[in-house]
Amino acid sequence: MTDENPTVDDQPASYDEWLDAIDAGEGFYLESPAGVGSLPPRRVCPETGSTDLTHEPLPEIGTIETYSVVHVATPGFADDTPYISAIADFGPVRITGVVRGVDPETIDDLVGDPVTVSVGTRATTDDRVVVLSPPES
Amino acid sequence: MTTVRVAGVGLTPFGDHGDRAGRDLFAEAAAAAIDDAGIDRGAIDRLDYGNFMGALAEKQGHQAPLMAEAAGLDCPATRYEEACASAGVAVKAAVEAIRAGTADLVIAGGMERMTSLDTGAVTDALSIAADELYEVRAGMTFPSAYALMAQAYFDRFGGGREDLAHIAVKNHANAVPNEYAQYQREITVDDALDAPPVAEPLHLYDACPITDGASAIVLTSDEYAATHDLDAPVAITGVGQGGDRLALQDRDAIAETPAATAAAETAYADSGITAADIDVAEVHDCFTIAEVMALESLGIADSGEGILAARDGITTPDGDCPVNLSGGLKAKGHPVGATGGSQIAELTRLLRGDHPNSEYVANATTGVAHNAGGTVASAVVHVLEVAE
Repeated sequence: MTDENPTVDDQPASYDEWLDAIDAGEGFYLESPAGVGSLPPRRVCPETGSTDLTHEPLPEIGTIETYSVVHVATPGFADDTPYISAIADFGPVRITGVVRGVDPETIDDLVGDPVTVSVGTRATTDDRVVVLSPPES
Repeated sequence: MTTVRVAGVGLTPFGDHGDRAGRDLFAEAAAAAIDDAGIDRGAIDRLDYGNFMGALAEKQGHQAPLMAEAAGLDCPATRYEEACASAGVAVKAAVEAIRAGTADLVIAGGMERMTSLDTGAVTDALSIAADELYEVRAGMTFPSAYALMAQAYFDRFGGGREDLAHIAVKNHANAVPNEYAQYQREITVDDALDAPPVAEPLHLYDACPITDGASAIVLTSDEYAATHDLDAPVAITGVGQGGDRLALQDRDAIAETPAATAAAETAYADSGITAADIDVAEVHDCFTIAEVMALESLGIADSGEGILAARDGITTPDGDCPVNLSGGLKAKGHPVGATGGSQIAELTRLLRGDHPNSEYVANATTGVAHNAGGTVASAVVHVLEVAE
């Protein structure tokens, strides 16, 4: 193992640790020296190849870039339908999640709307799910 | 470098094959391809085989030697998995082997069993082509991933559901005379608009069906075809493959498919054609919006204009560049691991003149096949030309 090849101890975080951090209000992303953002698990910057990845605080507010109202789900989300799936732009990274706090039956256009990210639970199972919500006014 | 010719093609009908085993489907397609080529199956050097979800649908891994055995082949066999582009990469591997001189006669293609699972299980199985951590656990399905791309496209370029409906109408009409198509029936724009939603803005007729089926093509070198007096008038003259980040959230662009653009550029350079030379295309329309983005990546439509190509008649049978004369994945069906081979088979039939829709491309000399994996994190493009 050379210095260029990171060891297990060098892994910045796991996916579950990332969820735990969001749940604790301490959401983060990984950043390489070139300023490229990515999400864990990640040993190497996918664009620059740098292994020098630091934890940076996730911006509190993101913007919905695209969304869909899902009516036919996988069995793991069967009781959650209809639900809104969306990708939100948080600047250095985008995050995919389920939109809550918005009625999927009456939405007009969510593109450009601000959202925060949190961790919730599916209606179908006890599994955790990334949640995007309108900021509290 | 030798020219690679298509010596024969074989397909099963696409649809619900009940209790038939996948190996039986591939054996049927391979037998048809071998018969079409007029070759001795004992001369085949290798099998390049595509399959995506066999471990889930039939609890069958290690499929390639099983398929070779079922087809009566005594040769090395390899399975390729690249989601919906599995057979496309299998064909590409076969072309490259013949060009490299390591094989003279190859069978490529693929097979998928899907109706052995219920709709929920199929939705689950297809979702494994997405990022399990950041997409599937976040509630993304295969249809909703393309719905996210469609919404992003509408937001960036304009267009809407009615434009997509024209693509579904076109491809259903194209499938009517195709004996291999799952849905040999026409639909109307109103049928598409009134269909129940799957993942808005996509509704039922924006989506390809759940399909069983197999494809097989026999490829050979120019020299082998000549010395064995094979009738193989169509050649694969260009191959290209492109890749992208797996998750949509990590892509530079959500309303475009740069992996397919890269694959097309490589394939066109390989064959020496430009987009203006394309007479006919089979593209990966797993959802209607996917055909839009495919046209733009292939250069058949300019950026932001693919949405109108069917509605304006550019890609209809009488248009400048007919697209998906087979019916496409949308109406012919999409047995995932077989589709890339099926596209080559259909284009070959169209260019040879023995396809039910060949009349629309009677003077065509150049065709393009576009096969995409997942939300186009992988893409393969092949250029087919009528060889002298």
